[in-house]
Amino acid sequence: MKALLLKGAPHLNSERTTAYIMWHVCWALLPAALWGIWSFGLSALSVLVVCVGAACLADFGFTSRFHRLGSLSDGSAVITGLLLGMTLPPSVPLWMAALGSLVAIGLGKHAFGGLGQNLFNPALVGRAFLQAAFPAAMTRWTPPFLSDRFQSFLAGSWTIPFARPQLDAISGATPLGLLKFDHMSSHISDLFLGQTAGCIGETASVLVLTGGAYLALRRMLDWRIPIAVMGSVFVISGVANQLNANYPDGLFMLGSGGLMVGAWFMATDMVTSPVTTGAIWLFGVLIGFLICAIRFWGGLPEGVMYAILIANATVPLLERFTQPKAFGGQP
Amino acid sequence: MFPTFARGVHPPQLKTTAEMPVRRLGFAPELHIPLGQHIGAPAQCVVKVGQRLERGSLIAEGRSFVSASIHAPVTGTVRKIGWLATPQGQRIQGIVLASEPGAGQEHVPFRAPPDLNDPGQWVDAVARSGLVGLGGAAFPTHVKLKVPDGRNVDTVMINGAECEPYLTADHRAMLEWPDDIVSGSLLMKKVLGAERVVIGVEANKMDAVKALERASNNCVDIRVVQVKYPQGAEKMLIRALLRREVPAGGLPMDVGVVVANVQTAAMIARLVPKGLGLVERIVTVAGDAVEKPGNYLVPIGTPVGFLLQSAGVVPDCQRVILGGPMMGVSVADLQLPITKGTSGVLAFKTAQDHESGPCIRCGYCVQACPMSLNPAAIMRSARGGDLDGCVQYRLRDCFECGSCAFVCPSKIPLVQYFRQAKLDLRKQPVAV
Ligand code: SF4
Ligand code: SF4
Repeated sequence: MKALLLKGAPHLNSERTTAYIMWHVCWALLPAALWGIWSFGLSALSVLVVCVGAACLADFGFTSRFHRLGSLSDGSAVITGLLLGMTLPPSVPLWMAALGSLVAIGLGKHAFGGLGQNLFNPALVGRAFLQAAFPAAMTRWTPPFLSDRFQSFLAGSWTIPFARPQLDAISGATPLGLLKFDHMSSHISDLFLGQTAGCIGETASVLVLTGGAYLALRRMLDWRIPIAVMGSVFVISGVANQLNANYPDGLFMLGSGGLMVGAWFMATDMVTSPVTTGAIWLFGVLIGFLICAIRFWGGLPEGVMYAILIANATVPLLERFTQPKAFGGQP
Repeated sequence: MFPTFARGVHPPQLKTTAEMPVRRLGFAPELHIPLGQHIGAPAQCVVKVGQRLERGSLIAEGRSFVSASIHAPVTGTVRKIGWLATPQGQRIQGIVLASEPGAGQEHVPFRAPPDLNDPGQWVDAVARSGLVGLGGAAFPTHVKLKVPDGRNVDTVMINGAECEPYLTADHRAMLEWPDDIVSGSLLMKKVLGAERVVIGVEANKMDAVKALERASNNCVDIRVVQVKYPQGAEKMLIRALLRREVPAGGLPMDVGVVVANVQTAAMIARLVPKGLGLVERIVTVAGDAVEKPGNYLVPIGTPVGFLLQSAGVVPDCQRVILGGPMMGVSVADLQLPITKGTSGVLAFKTAQDHESGPCIRCGYCVQACPMSLNPAAIMRSARGGDLDGCVQYRLRDCFECGSCAFVCPSKIPLVQYFRQAKLDLRKQPVAV
């Protein structure tokens, strides 16, 4: 008999690995991403490709330098790139998209120590950076289904780095922008079925929801978070809408902007969301409340990104005060 | 839906030996019998080198209250009294017994049968019979049968959950010894003055439930619990069947329950009334490196290697585990003996270790821990050397069931961190 090998218990492990989870998140994002490509054309496709590519390159660069731990194969860099790309406007200059990925991976992930260590959702860090640095390019919207979308790029796409961007001949406005600045509401069905202007992967709420629900069923995201976010947004805006009809109603709030992507794919990021039951619910409700507060009273039409980033920061605190009740003991 | 406890995990069951009747294992040429194979003080040796013993005679006596006597598992001669290795890598005093060629199975009583109507004498007989918890914990059985003043025990719970994958020894005991289990549990009920006996069986053993029901004459209550790991942990079984939670750091008796494993209950009935000592137990032998897997009635002290050879171990076996795959210990030394607490011997051809990755805070471990701990947080404290943090996150409540490490997608060896932290805690002068 060969020499016997020793190992600590347990000697069985579930088959699910980190990489398995991460790749499934990628697959679940695909339908909404593909819809974005279908409705916004070549430019949207290039933004997604550039974001994912830059994220992988950046992860590779930082990993081999510092940790060698979270190698590319675990799929987490792909998620970050894909999520970032999906939350960018279709006409965003490609160099900005690449820069955003670099910041997301470098500052959002590796500056904290790599996979599992970061406090903030990396994709949102990248997006927040772009929003702060290039507010004009980040709020230039394109109407969906332009007839030449697969023949030519949008005007912004190939802008030279730091040059003054040309203005688009055609520009659209997002439903949230229309509401905030022009007091125009949009059809609920358009919102859910991806018929509006918006970020590449955020317009088709139904597809986002499908991907998210799949992950929730397979226990690869915690269903309590999107339920808490959506529930609180629905209730808060429902009450506000009853009191003052200028505020949008619950369904509009749920279908518009980045809410679905935020609730199902950003807030649920395992690394940056809480693990204890009480904290999970509080975290979701806090995000819902912040989204409503920013959308209703802030200067920006959209608030999902900042709401989640702020809530990310509260996670250690929330977890400290929500230790699970001990079996057979006091809480 | 059958009752259960909160959280827990569903490892593959792999109970390939469930249909295989218990076979008696022959005697190894030499048996290695540690004096401490139970929780509590080691037994005191009462034999000398060269002395001839009959199967069943007393060889070591439990002299403290929490201890257990030991009896000769085979007719033979004492060859040596000295140090033996333990699976944990320590050394412990023990007796090496050389089997007599052609030794038979007769099992001699070491004492006169006790008077079953005298509780004192009866508990004393259990103590001297060397009975310990055969589910794996090896806690001396008689200690549980002495209810301290002011305490009240209303329920005797017999644990037939057997939630560890691969293991089917208890399952076979329930199929083959149902009458012994029932009468053993009724004896316990009588001496404890309890109101009822409840036997808990996982729903994957409905044939055992039927066998017990047939044997029970409606005197005991047989209940089915959900198939879930670690349903066989006594705190979890009590929670499932009685909805009582044993307090942190407490014993089942704190909620009026005494728990015994099915094999223990059966052995009470088989041994104590006749004045016999515990000399053998059922052991499941399984795993992909075993040609004749099955359940064996194994004399205590049989070297693991002898048992594996009898069961046909293949040459490219790479890992041997004593106990179940979730809580068992892997060993490299096949001279190690089967002890009273060894419920299984598993041998595998592959020993691949998963490489562990960083914690991705998925929370799977939190949703798995039956003690409702936050394993990831304990692990982070332990890794950072913060023992106070470990205690605050209630490391001491962890009973090392391995559910957390089982589900961890990053394959972090959580239980090893917890064991090490517990050892470090013990070394600390005063833990406040
Ligand atoms: S090993 Fe400890 S921490 Fe892990 S699940 Fe079991 S009781 Fe909980
Ligand atoms: S299961 Fe593993 S990766 Fe997930 S939170 Fe627990 S320790 Fe971290």
